[in-house]
Amino acid sequence: MNAPLEVEGFIPELDQRHLDALEEEALFILREVAGAFERPALLFSSGKDSCVVLHLAEKAFKTKASEAGARPRFEGHLPIPLLHVDTGHNFPEVLKFRDARVVEIGARLLVAQVEDSIKRGTVRLAHPLESRNNHQTITLLEAVEEHHFDCLIGGGRRDEEKARAKERIFSHRDSFGQWQPKEQRPELWSLFNTRIKPGEHFRAFPISNWTELDVWLYIAREGIPLPDIYYAHERQVIRRRGLLVPSTTVTPALEGETIETARVRFRTVGDMTCTCPVESTARTTAEIVAETLKVTVSERGATRMDDRTSDASMERRKKEGYF
Amino acid sequence: MTPAPDAQHLDADIELAHKALRFLTAGSVDDGKSTLIGRLLFDSRAILADQLDALERRAAGAPIDLSLLTDGLEAEREQGITIDVAYRYFATKRRKFIIADAPGHEQYTRNMVTAAAGSDAAVVLVDITKLSVASEPVQLLPQTRRHALLTHLLRVPSIVFAVNKLDALETGAEAAFHSVARALTIFAEQAGITVRGVIPVSALRGDNVATPSANWGWYDGPTLLRVLEGLPAASERRDGSLRIPVQYIARAGESTGHQPRVLWGRLAHGTVKAGDRVQILPSGETATVTEVHHAGSEVDHCEAGQSAGIVLDRQLDVSRGDWIVTPGTAQPVQEFCATLAWLDTEPAIVGRKYWLRHGHRWAQARITEIEHRLDIYTLKNTDTHELKVNEIGRVKVQTQVPLPLEPYADNRVGGAMIVVDPATNRTSGALLVCGTD
Repeated sequence: MNAPLEVEGFIPELDQRHLDALEEEALFILREVAGAFERPALLFSSGKDSCVVLHLAEKAFKTKASEAGARPRFEGHLPIPLLHVDTGHNFPEVLKFRDARVVEIGARLLVAQVEDSIKRGTVRLAHPLESRNNHQTITLLEAVEEHHFDCLIGGGRRDEEKARAKERIFSHRDSFGQWQPKEQRPELWSLFNTRIKPGEHFRAFPISNWTELDVWLYIAREGIPLPDIYYAHERQVIRRRGLLVPSTTVTPALEGETIETARVRFRTVGDMTCTCPVESTARTTAEIVAETLKVTVSERGATRMDDRTSDASMERRKKEGYF
Repeated sequence: MTPAPDAQHLDADIELAHKALRFLTAGSVDDGKSTLIGRLLFDSRAILADQLDALERRAAGAPIDLSLLTDGLEAEREQGITIDVAYRYFATKRRKFIIADAPGHEQYTRNMVTAAAGSDAAVVLVDITKLSVASEPVQLLPQTRRHALLTHLLRVPSIVFAVNKLDALETGAEAAFHSVARALTIFAEQAGITVRGVIPVSALRGDNVATPSANWGWYDGPTLLRVLEGLPAASERRDGSLRIPVQYIARAGESTGHQPRVLWGRLAHGTVKAGDRVQILPSGETATVTEVHHAGSEVDHCEAGQSAGIVLDRQLDVSRGDWIVTPGTAQPVQEFCATLAWLDTEPAIVGRKYWLRHGHRWAQARITEIEHRLDIYTLKNTDTHELKVNEIGRVKVQTQVPLPLEPYADNRVGGAMIVVDPATNRTSGALLVCGTD
């Protein structure tokens, strides 16, 4: 996994310069968070976008160790803790990756468990196997209150979805954690209006202007480690309404469905109950870039059961305080 | 007279302009802006199969409506309008693009200002079916003038007019286009706007958007996309004095040994390297740069547009919001005149305290005088004592602390500020410094 890519000749000059500009912008945003807020946190789910943001945070706040190894190493420390909202339904290999990565970079990780919200009674499941994906919002907002976070750094990108295309880089949340799309503050130049009242917070999106392809090119160029499930592997899946549903304890086969083994990789990584892999033979970042160039279905359309509910499902969840 | 930039000129620019082009699109309700953007995304294959499926399902057999690609919010679909600035991404072999799509309704001028701030170019749509092309000179719509003027006011370096819906004219498309192009050119000249292209397009059919029109043999100029590919990305000047607003100060690390403070900030203009003498504002103290860092590594130098981490040879009192400059090149002021674009539904009030953000500094300030309002239809100044939402005027401002200002026309970082209402924290206005008296 994660063999650093020979980038020479693979990423054209045009993309190199573009990646430099995107990186420059992202580092500026991360330092703005550190400079403007008292208690920020970086949302880290081990998904590829948050892996990219974490790498950018290392670049923004640490210094690259002199000897170049297989993957980049940095000295210094992150002034911002990491926060993971764990639904309790995460792929085990992803949690293993998360913990190893946190030790490796010497970061401070806080984990907020949906399970704890269920115990507190603030999250009520309709049935035991209900997807916990939407319930994460409650746990997230509880963590914001508990730790008095005033800014959460996320890996959201504007190219992901139509409601996200209208998201600010610094996005205000009221004291209920809600997003008010019609009340968004105009964002002029890089003069971010980061003023808040007690109980309110911000979401900051350093990779707002990146596309899925930019993310993969950057992962390739920088040698950013990702969980193994991003690369092609054999997995037991169920074909359901055009999606490949991974066969797990929380997503069992329904009556009449058959389980088959397929060669797949994940394009996004999230809660097991709503994240589907795509068929792929790409075992390296380079092969994923090649596949991404040819892709014909949007990232969320191919892999997210939750976004298929309606045209506005992301917008509704965002208003409620979702990532 | 079709103002077609010559091909040689375009190619020369492409060599220089590897940076993504960020452009805004401005147009009035119904003049086909969403369709134009949909067309750019569609023809550059930035639309994926599932998004296309969704459109085809909606169209139910009729030709697909490309404008639906850009209506992101539920409220927008309910009302059939666009409310907020949306960002779209596409690329050609030559260039990457970021579209800041600004809604055209008058009440959303603030979004137009938002989209224009930081854009490299503006594409202003002109709906030819709304103009009476028989009269000479052709009377442009107020919206077109407003969009062009706002673009100019915010110093967006390039403007391109896309004359849309020519396909809807039964006859005389050529003559009609030339009349409108003439009117646009005259208007732009009067307003001091440099036009980089006036292009006849049909967003609906795709004529001259990404591919040359097969219908209008009389036009031999470039397509809209070709013009956009060749436009320069805005950049700040590297020569001249150094100016850095201090954004973040890295505290001493955990490891043992000497841990100097690193002062981070993005260069507004100039360059910085080890050995440079610099001055800190407002303290006025000077020091020598001993190290320059960039993106996790120590580097030789940094230039305008890059964020540099600077280590000085001695410990000075520096905080976020201060400036690092070439000694003796900046004279901070507490009173200045500026153009104010008001974005808040509560009008600007003379004498009231507001927060200003300049660079990374928040300063208390008040408007001491509203000199006049700019009538964006007539280009004339009107006497007034208040500025309401979407109005633009000339004001005098007084700040509680001195700020090292520069005219906005010279530098966007040194000359731009936002005004924030201290009661609501809303971003109420955008200030562009005219000159420091």
